[in-house]
Formats: sequence, structure tokens, C-alpha cells
Amino acid sequence: MAAPKASLHLVAPIWKGGPRGIRGLSRTVAPEGNQRKGRTVLQFLADRFYDVQALREYLLRKQVSKVHQKNRFQGQEWMRPNGRGRFSLEFFKFQAVPVEAVDASGCAINYQGLDNLLALKELQSLSLQRCPHVDDWCLSRLYQLAGSLQELSLAGCPQVSERGLACLHHLQNLRRLDISDLPAVSNPGLTQILVEEMLPNCNVLGADWAQGLKLGPEEQSQDTARSIPA
Amino acid sequence: MLRRALRLGLGRGLLGRGLGTWRGDSTLDWDGKVSDIKKKIQSVLPGGAWNPLYDTSHLPPEHSDVVIVGGGVLGLSVAYWLKRLEKRRGAIQVLVVERDYTYSQASTGLSVGGIRQQFSLPENIQLSLFSVDFLRNINEYLAVVDDPPLDLQFNPSGYLLLASEKGAAIMENNVKVQRQEGAKVCLMSPEQLRNKFPWINTEGVALASYGFISSSNRMETASGEEVTLKRIHEVHVKMDRSLEYQPVECAIVINAAGAWSGQIAELAGIGKGPPGTLQGTKLPVEPRKRYVYLWHCPQGPGLETPFVIDSSGAYFRREGLGNNYLGSCSPTEEEEPDPGNLEVDHGFFQDKVWPHLAQRVPAFETLKVRSAWAGYYDYNTFDQNGVVGPHPLVVNMYFATGFSGHGLQQAPAVGRAVAEMVLEGSFQTIDLNPFLFSRFYLGEKVQEHNII
Repeated sequence: MAAPKASLHLVAPIWKGGPRGIRGLSRTVAPEGNQRKGRTVLQFLADRFYDVQALREYLLRKQVSKVHQKNRFQGQEWMRPNGRGRFSLEFFKFQAVPVEAVDASGCAINYQGLDNLLALKELQSLSLQRCPHVDDWCLSRLYQLAGSLQELSLAGCPQVSERGLACLHHLQNLRRLDISDLPAVSNPGLTQILVEEMLPNCNVLGADWAQGLKLGPEEQSQDTARSIPA
Repeated sequence: MLRRALRLGLGRGLLGRGLGTWRGDSTLDWDGKVSDIKKKIQSVLPGGAWNPLYDTSHLPPEHSDVVIVGGGVLGLSVAYWLKRLEKRRGAIQVLVVERDYTYSQASTGLSVGGIRQQFSLPENIQLSLFSVDFLRNINEYLAVVDDPPLDLQFNPSGYLLLASEKGAAIMENNVKVQRQEGAKVCLMSPEQLRNKFPWINTEGVALASYGFISSSNRMETASGEEVTLKRIHEVHVKMDRSLEYQPVECAIVINAAGAWSGQIAELAGIGKGPPGTLQGTKLPVEPRKRYVYLWHCPQGPGLETPFVIDSSGAYFRREGLGNNYLGSCSPTEEEEPDPGNLEVDHGFFQDKVWPHLAQRVPAFETLKVRSAWAGYYDYNTFDQNGVVGPHPLVVNMYFATGFSGHGLQQAPAVGRAVAEMVLEGSFQTIDLNPFLFSRFYLGEKVQEHNII
């Protein structure tokens, strides 16, 4: 199951033509240096006026708990949004059909948004690649899918660390787990080994165990001219 | 002050740094200068703490609405919630007094650091549930604009409690209560336990309860003798290593001094009276020393290890990626160590903790202790549960102490409860009326069975 390389911008913009500052409201969760000036003015306003603060919180919540899914129903093809970012209305015909795979790559799904996914008791494949708000707490909720989940991908999630990966041991039916490119994991090679020990029936992709190793002193002098093989 | 501002203005113009400082980083540190100027103005205006005779900037202010004795996690939690729940910005002045700014003996820093929902009292479960919610959304509560988001390094692996034959019935009961309150707990038999955690030796285990760390949104949300009511008018705050002290006039004093709350209560005159009366009822919180050991075991349980609490009272949890484990055991009443100092007794580990650990997890027979430390429990000798709320006679002293080893877990929720009590007069979200001080006089024990 290959997720598309360029992530489709699935989250519809909240204000079509509104001031740029309001879009930046949702970025208060992860502040960046170049947003500083705009945000301090907004923070100042929010501190002084309850309305601005309430509006900000409402927009943030709306942004954060929208889940746009690309679903595959049993036996059918993927249902994707069409060019304008809308799903076709055929969707509603399939309400009784169990959902087998969900690709939520790049979505702003968070802890509360997972409620929608955890209700899918026959889910076999879940892809949460590059989701910025999926963290260790979200992983601790995935045990509810233990009965059916066979494939899970967490590649590129910036907030997942090895403590969250420890919660995955409930998913005993898991056959494929992708934990590559997790910046918050302190020691990817060692974590890979520990996760493999924890889930013996699962094929764990991700960090190469040799990634964290350094060459010994005699090998290092030979390697000055060559690049270190990954 | 005016001259200084003029000099700054001229300096900027002459050196031609004007354009560069309007955007991007300013080398003049405007924020710091503006806040300094504001502080000076505030101190000069009436209501400020400016003393024209000598410099008092290092002393606490002369007036404060609330004084919180004790700067550990409970004291700071109460301070946070008081400021967060106040009706108008800046309505309440809060002063937190902590005698040791290095927190070298504070229970907060020395604790093993676990948070669980497996308690037997519904109120304790509610407190833990809210605290888990708080920790999960900690950036919503505690994030500071322009700072990176907080990273708690929290391990959501859950708790595993083991019960022998004797305790099995109590555990089943507790699990029922926990489920009613919304905690996610599951009961496991020894075979299920062996399947899930192959490194456990299930001999002697009748039942196990495994709690997932998750949070729930459902909260739910009273003789004709003469009585003398007392009121605390001033708190004398003595400065560190000097004879100076500042009498701080205050309206409310909150006792969050942890293991030393008993002494603070005595300073306020609580417990000075004939025994058996309300005046004579002391605050039954005293320091109890508990050890924590850190060991390394190369073949020990893997990454999925929850916080395991054995039926014998020994407990341990995993720490980090390197097969290190933290754990200990609470001594029985007869073996209580002397709380005068924080020295560690390594013999205790050899005799009392290791045998139980090795019996439960055979891999622990070959372990090596790396380090150890000791800390205090603010132990409530009456029923091992917290004391929250006002004192019936000393009308402006509120307690937030006595949690006997689970203060850290419940601090956010207890802080909110005490702040509600102070601001509204009653508990709004979680009803902690069973934890009031009056139960010591009335003799009603609110016993918590799941204390480790």
C-alpha cells in the first residue's frame, strides 16, 4: 500500500480569503521563530479580549479535529477526494460496509480525532505518516484495534518517541510496522531492536540497526576518504 | 529615567542602527527594559512594595491575598489554578514560600513518578483521571508563548497490579469501582498474564489488573459548648541564611508543605488543646522515608513493561532504553526507617526488595544496583489519603497535603479543587468533601487500599 509521495493538501482552508494572521492561529501549538511578531500581537489581543481568545480556541479545535479520509472499502478501490478536495457523494451508499484501510497521512488528526478511527473494528491497515499531532498518547489508544490491525505506518511523525512505541505491544496481529524517520526517537537502532523483540511476529521496517553505530578507531582512519555506508 | 531614554534615542540615531532594530532581533532588549520600567513605576505608586528607607526588593511583599506554604508540586499547582480560575486578571495576589530552592529534600523531585488510576476510592480515581488529562494537554495549560512546547517524556505504558488469593476479591471490587468512574482497566488471569508478559512468574498470582492510561471526559463534575475561631493574620517569612524576616499580611494560608505539613499546622496552633476535642486534633501528617533503587538487568523485561506492582508490595518500572529499572518496596510499620535524614539503606534492598522481585520476575536474579536515593512520603497516619480544604477552627488555613505517596499523580486535580474551594467556597468539579480535616475529629476513615 503505497501512500502518494506528494501529500495532497486534504485539510480545507478555514477562511477562503481571510487575513493571513487567522490562519496562523493554529500554529500556536508549535511556535516557530519567524511567526513571532504576528503571534505576540494576537496573544496580546487574546489576553485582553475574551472574544478573540474564544475565537482562536474554536478555530484551533476545528482545525485540529477534522479528519479527511481516503478509504478503501472491502473489495473496492480507494475513494479519494476529487480535484476540488471534495469527496463524491457515493460514500453514503457504503455506510454498512466495514472499513478496511485508512490512509490519514499528513492529516491534522489528534487524540480526540482518533475516536473516529478507533470505532472501526475491522480496520486492517492504518497509515499515520507525517501526522504532526500524533504523539505517544495517541499511540496508547491504539490497543483498541488490536483484534484486526495488521499494518501500521508511523513514518515521519515528529512527536512519536520510543515511549509511545512501547504501547504497541498490544497489537499482536500486526504484521507490518513502519517506524522509519521518527525524529523524536532518541536511539533509532536500539529502538528498532527492542520493538522487534516486543513484536516477534511483526516485520518492523525503519531504522537500520547499524545506523547508530560508530566505527572503531582503526576502521575510522581507513574510512577518511570514503563515506560511511549507512 | 527620562535622561536614560533620551540617551538611548540619541545613541540609536547617531550609530544608524535604526532600521535594523525595527524588525528582527533587537540588540537593545526592549522587552527586558520595558518590564523593568513597569516594575519601577508599580513599586512607586501606592499599593506597591516600595520602602523609601532601604531596599526591600529581595523580600516578599508586605501584603498578599494568599500565601502558599510549600513550593512543591501541590503548592505550585494550587498557585497555578488560583491564577487561572480568578475572575479578573490580576484579582488575586499569590505568594508561594519554599524554604529550599534546590528542592533537595522535596518529595516532588525524588518520586518514582508514576500515575495510575487503580485506586479503590472513587474520588482518587477521578483525581487521577483529571491529572492524566492535564498532563496530556499540558501544552494547553502551561505553554508559554514563544517557548518550545513542553515535552513530558511520559511513558503511557500503564500499571499492572498483581493480587494473591487474599487480595483477589478486593481487586475485583476495586476494578468495578474504577470502571464505573471511567478508568480503562482490564482484569487478567494468570494464563493471560503469561501470554502477555512472558517474563513474569505467575506463581501465587490469582488475578491481575492492567490499567491503560487513557482519560475520560465524563466528570461528576456536614452540644452547646463555646468554640473559639482563630484567624491567621500574618505569615512571617524568614529569608534564607539571614535573620531578616518579612511579615506578610494575608487573607488565606494554604498548607502545602508536604512531609512537614504537621509542623506548619502546629505553628498555626492546630492541635493545641485537650485531646479528643476539635481544638486538640492534630494534623496527622508526618514524614516517612522511602527508598528508591535504580538497577540494571541485561535480560530483563522488554520495552512493553508496565509499572508492575506485586502483591507483596514491591514495585518497579522500566526507565529508558537501556534495560534500567526503578523500583522499591514500602516497609511495613515495624520496619519504618528513621526519617531524620535521607540516607539510603542498601541492606533493605538485599533483604526485602530483591527476593520479591526475583520471585516475580526470574530475570531479576541477575541484577546490579546502579544507584539509590531516598525521599519522604507526606504520610497521613490516619487513613493514608490526602487532606484537602479548610480547617474548621483556624478559618483561613486550607490544606493540600497528606497524599502519602500519590501526591504527584493527583496534583493538578487537587490544585484545582483547592483553588475552587478558595474562590467559590465549595468543590465544583470533583467532590472532595470526604477529604476534609473534620474527618480526623469525627473518626471517619476514608481508607485507600491501593497504597504502595
